[in-house]
Amino acid sequence: MSSVVIVGAGPAGIRAACTLVEHGLRPIVIDEARLAGGQGYRRPPPALSLDIKRLMGSEYGKYEALHRDFDALHDKIDYRPRTLVWAIDGNMLYLISDGRPSTQTFDKLILATGAMDKVAPLPGATLPGVFTLGGAQIALKDQGCLIGRHVAFVGSSPLLTLAAKQYRQMGAEIALIADTTPLKNKIRELPTLAKSPRTLMRGIAYQAQALASGTPILSGVTSIAIEGATRVEGVRVTTASGRERTIACDAVALGYGLKPETQLADLAGARFAYDALFNLWLPVTDADGRAADNLYLAGDGAAIGGADAAEASGALAACAVLTDLQIAVPISTMQGLRRTVSRLRAFQRGLAGAFAWPRHMIRQLPDDLTLCRCEDVSVGDVRTAMRREFAPVEINRVKAITRCGMGRCQGRVCGPALQEIVAEAAHCSGTAAGRLRGQAPIKPIALAAGSEP
Amino acid sequence: MPDHRSGQMRDTVGRVQFHRVAQHASRPVSISFDGEVIATREGESLLAALLTTRGSLRQHEFDGGRRAGFCLMGACQDCWVELADGRRLRACTTLVEDGMAVVSQVRQKGDVA
Repeated sequence: MSSVVIVGAGPAGIRAACTLVEHGLRPIVIDEARLAGGQGYRRPPPALSLDIKRLMGSEYGKYEALHRDFDALHDKIDYRPRTLVWAIDGNMLYLISDGRPSTQTFDKLILATGAMDKVAPLPGATLPGVFTLGGAQIALKDQGCLIGRHVAFVGSSPLLTLAAKQYRQMGAEIALIADTTPLKNKIRELPTLAKSPRTLMRGIAYQAQALASGTPILSGVTSIAIEGATRVEGVRVTTASGRERTIACDAVALGYGLKPETQLADLAGARFAYDALFNLWLPVTDADGRAADNLYLAGDGAAIGGADAAEASGALAACAVLTDLQIAVPISTMQGLRRTVSRLRAFQRGLAGAFAWPRHMIRQLPDDLTLCRCEDVSVGDVRTAMRREFAPVEINRVKAITRCGMGRCQGRVCGPALQEIVAEAAHCSGTAAGRLRGQAPIKPIALAAGSEP
Repeated sequence: MPDHRSGQMRDTVGRVQFHRVAQHASRPVSISFDGEVIATREGESLLAALLTTRGSLRQHEFDGGRRAGFCLMGACQDCWVELADGRRLRACTTLVEDGMAVVSQVRQKGDVA
C-alpha cells in the first residue's frame, strides 16, 4: 500500500486524515505539537481548569467535532505527535522526536503546516511583554495565562477584536485596540466581506462589544511605538487625525494578519509566486492543492483561508491524493469542497484588502530600529549594505551580507518587513526584491541529531 | 551595550509578566531559576512557569536586552533558555520537569563550558 504522510494535525491535517481513512488508507500523521488541533483549535492540557467552551464561543461546535473525529481515528492512523520534520530530500522526511532523529519515506505528502502571525517591526517590539496576537491567544488556551493585566492589541487584523474579546472575558483590562487600517478601507471591502455574512456579523459584534465596554478603538493610526525602559509600559500612537496619544499598558499583542508556514513546501519543491494583496510569496497549487509531483498543500499553510477553509482544503487535498492513487472519489464531493475553499479564501482576500499590511509605514521605518530580532540587525544595517558599491539587490544576498533573516527563526518574523526594506532601498517591487529561500533545518536542532541520518 | 548584571537586577525586582486565570489540577513539580525554587504543576510550559513568577526569561545574546518570548508557538525561537546541565530548551513548547534548573545568563566568552 502507498504510504501517505500528512504533516500537521490542525484542521486541515485532521480532515485530510479523516478523508483518507474513510477510503481505507492508513496515513502517517506527523505533528510537532503534543496535542492535535493546530493553533486556532488548540486543546488545553487535560488538567487545566479552562472553560474552553466559553472561550471558543460560536466556534465551539466545530472545535469539538474536529477533536472528536480525530480521537476516533486513534487506531486507524499512525499518529506521531511531538515530531518535527526538519528537512525533506526527494521522498525522504528527516524527523526529530524527543531529541531522537529518524527518517520516513512517502509516496504522497500532504503538508498542512498552518500559519503564524505576520508582524512588522516597531520601536520597542523586542521588550519583554510584547507578544504576537496568536501568542496572546495561545497563552490563554494552552496555559490558562494572560500575557498581562492591561493589554494593548495593535497591528492590522480582524483578529485584534476577537482576541481582545477573549481577554476581556477572562478578566483582562483592554487598554487599547489600535489598527493601522483606515476605516474607509474596511468599508471599501464590505461587498466582498458580505459574501460571508456570518463571519462579517461576528466581526461587527466583537467591535461593538469592545466599544460598549469602553475600550479605546483607534482605526487608521499612522504610527505605533511601544514604550518602556526594560519592559512594556505603554503604547504611543499617532491617530488618524494626527494627534499623539500614549496609553499605559503592561503587555502588547501584535498582529498584521497571518503568514503561511511554507518552509517545508519550499524544501519539497513547491513553486512560489508573489501575491501583491498579501505582499507575500505564496506557494502555487491547483484548485485541489497539488503543488508538485506527489506534493499537496492544504490549510493556511497553502493560502490563508481560516479554520473552515482549512478543514475543507484538507479534505480536498486528500481527495486529490485518492484520485491520483486511482481510488474513486465522488465528483460531487470534490466540487462541493472546491466551492467552499474558493469562497472562504476569497473572503480572506477581502479581509487582507480591508486590513492592509502597512507597507508605506514599514518602508519609512527609522534606521535605528531592530529589524531582525534573532541577529540584532537594524533597518539601517540593511539600507547601508544596499548603498555600498557592488551592493546586493536581492533578498538572499542581503541576508548573507547582513545576517538579517539568518538567525534561529530563519526569517519567519523579519522576512515580510525585510522584503519591504529591500524593495524600497532597491527602488523595485516586492517581486523583484526576490524571495527568502527556506533552508534545512527549518527549526533549530541539536548538531548531533542532524549528523545522524 | 547595557551591563547585563544590572539588567538582571532590574528584572528580579520587576513585575510578573503572565497572570494565571486557570489552574492546573495536576502533580506539583519543582523547578528553579538561578537557584530560586519555583513551585509549578505538571502540564505547565516552562515559559508559563517562569513568566508567572518573573518578567523575562533570558538575556539576548547580541543586544544585551531581556527577552520573554514572542510567538509562543515554536516559530520565532525567542524563548530558548539554558539549563544548568547545559541543555538548551525552547521554553514555550517544553513542559516543566521536576528539577529543571534554568540559568538566566548566557555563557560569556572565556567562561568554562
